[in-house]
Amino acid sequence: MEALGLLLHGFAVLLTWKTIALMMVGLVLGIFVGVLPGLGGPNGVAILLPLTFTMDPTSAIVMLSCIYWGALFGGAITSILFNIPGEAWSVATTFDGYPMAQQGRAAEALTAAFTSSFIGSLVAVLLITFLAPMISSFALKFGPPEFFAVYLLTFCSFVGLGREAKHKTIISMSLGLLLAGVGMDTVSGQLRMTFGSSELLRGINFLVAVIGLFGISEILLTMEERLALRGHAAKISLRVVLNVWKDLPKYWVTLVRSSFIGCWLGITPGGAIAASFMGYNLAKRFSKDPESFGKGRIEGVFAPETAAHASGTSALLPMLALGIPGSGTAAILLGGLMVWGLNPGPLLFVEHKDFVWGLIASMYLGNVVGLVLVLTTVPVFASILRVPFAAVAPMIVVSCAIGAYAIQNAMFDIWLMLGFGVVGYVFKKIGIPLAPFTLALVLGNRAEDAFRLSMIGSGGDMKVFWSNGLVGFITTLAIALLFWPILDRAFNQVGKLWRPVRA
Amino acid sequence: MSNLDLEIVVDDPTAPEVDSPAITSTGSVEIFISLLLLALAVTLGYDNWRTGIAWDSTGPQAGYFPFYLSVILGGASFYGLAITFLTRREASETFVTRAQLRRVMQVFIPTLLFCLATQFLGLYVASFFLIAAFMRMVGKIALWKSLLTAFLFTAIMFVTFDIAFDVIMPKGPLEAALGR
Repeated sequence: MEALGLLLHGFAVLLTWKTIALMMVGLVLGIFVGVLPGLGGPNGVAILLPLTFTMDPTSAIVMLSCIYWGALFGGAITSILFNIPGEAWSVATTFDGYPMAQQGRAAEALTAAFTSSFIGSLVAVLLITFLAPMISSFALKFGPPEFFAVYLLTFCSFVGLGREAKHKTIISMSLGLLLAGVGMDTVSGQLRMTFGSSELLRGINFLVAVIGLFGISEILLTMEERLALRGHAAKISLRVVLNVWKDLPKYWVTLVRSSFIGCWLGITPGGAIAASFMGYNLAKRFSKDPESFGKGRIEGVFAPETAAHASGTSALLPMLALGIPGSGTAAILLGGLMVWGLNPGPLLFVEHKDFVWGLIASMYLGNVVGLVLVLTTVPVFASILRVPFAAVAPMIVVSCAIGAYAIQNAMFDIWLMLGFGVVGYVFKKIGIPLAPFTLALVLGNRAEDAFRLSMIGSGGDMKVFWSNGLVGFITTLAIALLFWPILDRAFNQVGKLWRPVRA
Repeated sequence: MSNLDLEIVVDDPTAPEVDSPAITSTGSVEIFISLLLLALAVTLGYDNWRTGIAWDSTGPQAGYFPFYLSVILGGASFYGLAITFLTRREASETFVTRAQLRRVMQVFIPTLLFCLATQFLGLYVASFFLIAAFMRMVGKIALWKSLLTAFLFTAIMFVTFDIAFDVIMPKGPLEAALGR
């Protein structure tokens, strides 16, 4: 296998003391970010991104992806010990994880959570290792119409399959696409939507927006809540770990099912949140004893954690292979790629082999190191929650400001970040989803370029999007997904009309 | 298991009261935001129309793509506005209570002042003041603890970014006096 050889090469790139040290730093920072209230995967990655600006791309991505794994691990700690999901995708983990902690089985629940996270990620990484190179080599044949069709598919599936009100998803997405267009037009060199402001000339930086939308707004939202908490502290002993691992084979169906759900929802923009709930619900439905779920059943921890992590990891597959992120965090990593001077897309596998395979190898290593790290250091991290939020909040604000400023050395960006913080706060409160906005902002320019290049190529004929089987299929699928709710209802109606006739 | 005795308890003395009166309903905010977005869509749409939304010899002009996006944004906002008006009676959900707003302002106003201070005093001095004042005034934490934490955090940030990673932050008179 070619992939295997390249993967080994990736490990060789990684196995230096410097990279391993960066990996540890990244994991610790990530767990920290995952445990703290008011911070999560995307925020953490966005805020810590400036640290990596002066690194070489491989070290940078290793550290950032380890922050991401760390945050995924960290979310489980607070859900189980404190019944506070650090992340939205850990909500399902609290259903059975917290009751287990109450019964004094916290160590068992934590071991189960970490182990299943590890298994979920591992399955997704295996998928990436073998599927991503194939997809990207296939995508090398893509021209602008094909790329535009894929972008369209991404946007449409968000609208059609998202659970939020459709018009709110559309608002969020079109706003993101519009803001992506602010500044100098790359094709004609004309200025757009700058209203004579020299600050807007540079355009609205994606990462500045993300830091404001996720970092600042999250602090504002957290302050609304009552921040008192009460929970269990836990120490994990080797005996408990081995006991849980010994029972692992009994739950292989749950693990496989959740991994599969996670991978599927991670690649399509469904997200880790949906995956964790689906994993949990399916485990409950197929269980012989569904009543015992929610009362501290270890399977109720395995199922959502495996699915959430498989999904969080496999969200990186479309990012690596096509340059299209499958989640908010993947979108931020994509923003990072551009800062380091890499051009995301299928060419990445050809032009930057070291980088891509270094990243994939770091997923394997990062998960192993992460598992050992969390199992041994849980008590330390659980006690971070003792630090009062009044001390944490201003530190997060400062980190956000540093992050926003560092991207383009512009004071204006700090103000922009504050503005986006308010926007994010209000949007979250009235239910306008932020993920489509993030995705649109990072993909906006490239989607527009692809559209205009295809239009130039075809002389302005829309038929170019149906000019061959592949692009026609993707475009049609995109439009079908956009109108999915209507189609779904129509199919049901037709079905109802036919049934009496048959009977 | 013997680890049940280890418990972590954190209190929140300034938590917002549960029965605090609502300031505004989600419906009203939605209407306000929809109007704002509608106005934005019209402004951006007009600007792009001026830039040019037609086709020329090289394909669509610069304003073509964003113009139609503004139309979509405007349409969706208008739809949202209509929906909110039609269902307004039932949807009187609280957007924010008075106590909650007070807490949010307790973070927002210091953050605003921090951004202002960064512009004139530099980021490091501003962050020292932000952390110390916030811990002391909002968190009711002892003065010496607040000052020490603020100093340590700012110093760590300075060493990490300015010295170790060469990421340059806005600086003010203090840094100038120290010759950095």
